[in-house]
Amino acid sequence: MIRIGVPSKGRLMQDTFDWFGARGLTMRRTGNDREYAGAVEGIEGVGLVLLSAGEIPRELAAGRIHLGVTGSDLVGEHLGLDADEVQELKRLGFGHADLILAVPSVWIDVETVDDLDAAAAGFRAAHGHRLRIATKYHRLVRDFLQAQGVADYQLVDSQGATEGTVKNGTAEAIADITSSGETLRANHLRILSDGLIHSSEAVLWASRVADWTPEDRAVMARLAGMLGVPVPG
Amino acid sequence: MTTKAAIRAEGERLLAAFVQAGAVPVETDLLQPAETLLDLYGEDIRARAYVTDDPVRGEMMLRPDFTVPVVQAHMAHGADPARYAYLGEVFRKQDRKSGRASEYLQAGYEVFDRNAPEVADAEVFALFRDLLAGLNLRPVTGDIGILMAAVRGLETSDRRKAALLRHVWRPAKFKSLLDRFAGRAPVPGGRLRLLDRLKAGSPLQLIEEAGTFVGLRSPEEIVARADGLVADAEAPPIKAMEAALLYDLLSLESPAAHALAHLRGITPMLPAIGPAVDRFAARLDALAAKGVDVATLAFEASHGRTALEYYDGFVFSFLADGMPPVASGGRYDALTAVLGAGAFIPAVGGVIRPELVARLKGAKP
Repeated sequence: MIRIGVPSKGRLMQDTFDWFGARGLTMRRTGNDREYAGAVEGIEGVGLVLLSAGEIPRELAAGRIHLGVTGSDLVGEHLGLDADEVQELKRLGFGHADLILAVPSVWIDVETVDDLDAAAAGFRAAHGHRLRIATKYHRLVRDFLQAQGVADYQLVDSQGATEGTVKNGTAEAIADITSSGETLRANHLRILSDGLIHSSEAVLWASRVADWTPEDRAVMARLAGMLGVPVPG
Repeated sequence: MTTKAAIRAEGERLLAAFVQAGAVPVETDLLQPAETLLDLYGEDIRARAYVTDDPVRGEMMLRPDFTVPVVQAHMAHGADPARYAYLGEVFRKQDRKSGRASEYLQAGYEVFDRNAPEVADAEVFALFRDLLAGLNLRPVTGDIGILMAAVRGLETSDRRKAALLRHVWRPAKFKSLLDRFAGRAPVPGGRLRLLDRLKAGSPLQLIEEAGTFVGLRSPEEIVARADGLVADAEAPPIKAMEAALLYDLLSLESPAAHALAHLRGITPMLPAIGPAVDRFAARLDALAAKGVDVATLAFEASHGRTALEYYDGFVFSFLADGMPPVASGGRYDALTAVLGAGAFIPAVGGVIRPELVARLKGAKP
């Protein structure tokens, strides 16, 4: 049985169901609304596992699911963008979201990541601590800033309402997912002109770690044909 | 396969030799406060070190190196001068594909001595050479102090010099800054747009227009940097000859004695490196006195710039093909000032990886 992990709620779940549905695979939740159970129709030998989008990378890496749909940002953050455990089968064209770096609009001297680096040096000298950037995407943000040679910053964890951290005095800048710029503007923040850290999209992933039996491989070959994706290798 | 017992025995041999050379053996905690290391190395260290959480002590790191705790212990209650030796595990996360160990022993030797730093440099290097003799290792040396002196001596603004010095350990960023300051790279589009915007009014007025003020970074800080950017845009590029000398220095790789002759040759054009070149010469004399053949000793002016440590003078490594450096070390005077709360003492030291020594010995017929 091929186990496929799909986000268990919201827009991402519906878009995923629609994407598979358009290719002859009907996915649906079963039982009552609170019960995270699902079924796949249109092919034999595929089971649906409804999971939080954030847990799908881990389940893929552990091999507990064979396939999974989740954002490239979440896989990049939890497994690394060069992860061996998973293989990208297809970008699904929905769930677009950008991970961006934003600073207060009043920082008229900061336009680029280079400026942020220089501002961080001055900030540390003036305040005695590193410039704080609030985010929940620690790995993606750190890898990005390291590649750009930024120093004298510190990442502070923010699991929600990240845009509010600057106003509340717990961070100087933020790195967060933004689908529209409205929340940023409402919180008096502006995206750096080269501050796109990761452009995320829903992706169908295959686990390289899962146990693929000969039966699973046969089912996968048929499934790949229906979905128009490569057979994982 | 080299057994843990063989590696430990090799470590003990090295530690005993360090003690024999006059060092006091020291122990440090495996769990180090993360804050100190993060303040020193920046967030990048999180990608390399194991961080763990303690409900009482806060974020802790599994010891990624010995230098920091040894320096801290010395600055708190050390003798002066002092020599220390240690043997213990360090922990480093490794890239998925590197195949490198994430937990290994280090045997180290550190010298804190105000007298004749060049002699102390030579002492550490020669001791390591002797302990690693017969393993067919390739020694490489460098001197970050010469590069730093060259930057300090540039005929350009203090702001530019500070920016370059801050990024000495990030070669790619250093090069992009130098390219820009020297006029070899065009001013990036983002900077041009920024300068255009700054022309539209006084900084305070622009801040006012930008909306509600949020954040800890004050209007004064913002104005100061905005003024600095405008001034920088009007400052002339670093003179072509000075820039050429600095590029030349960055890529200088030659036998040490030849490198000294070369540096002596360019000193009249870059007088600020004079004292650093004198120290380099004194070190070569001290090395020669220890029987090191400086006519063949490899010297690379940029060696050690990407190391984890905050080396700011002499640096060295002992290398073998197909493995991480078997030994490495250098001078870190500035680190003692940072960790010494105002106190300062010149310091030089290095570490050997017993596992690699044991492996090389085991591989020999």
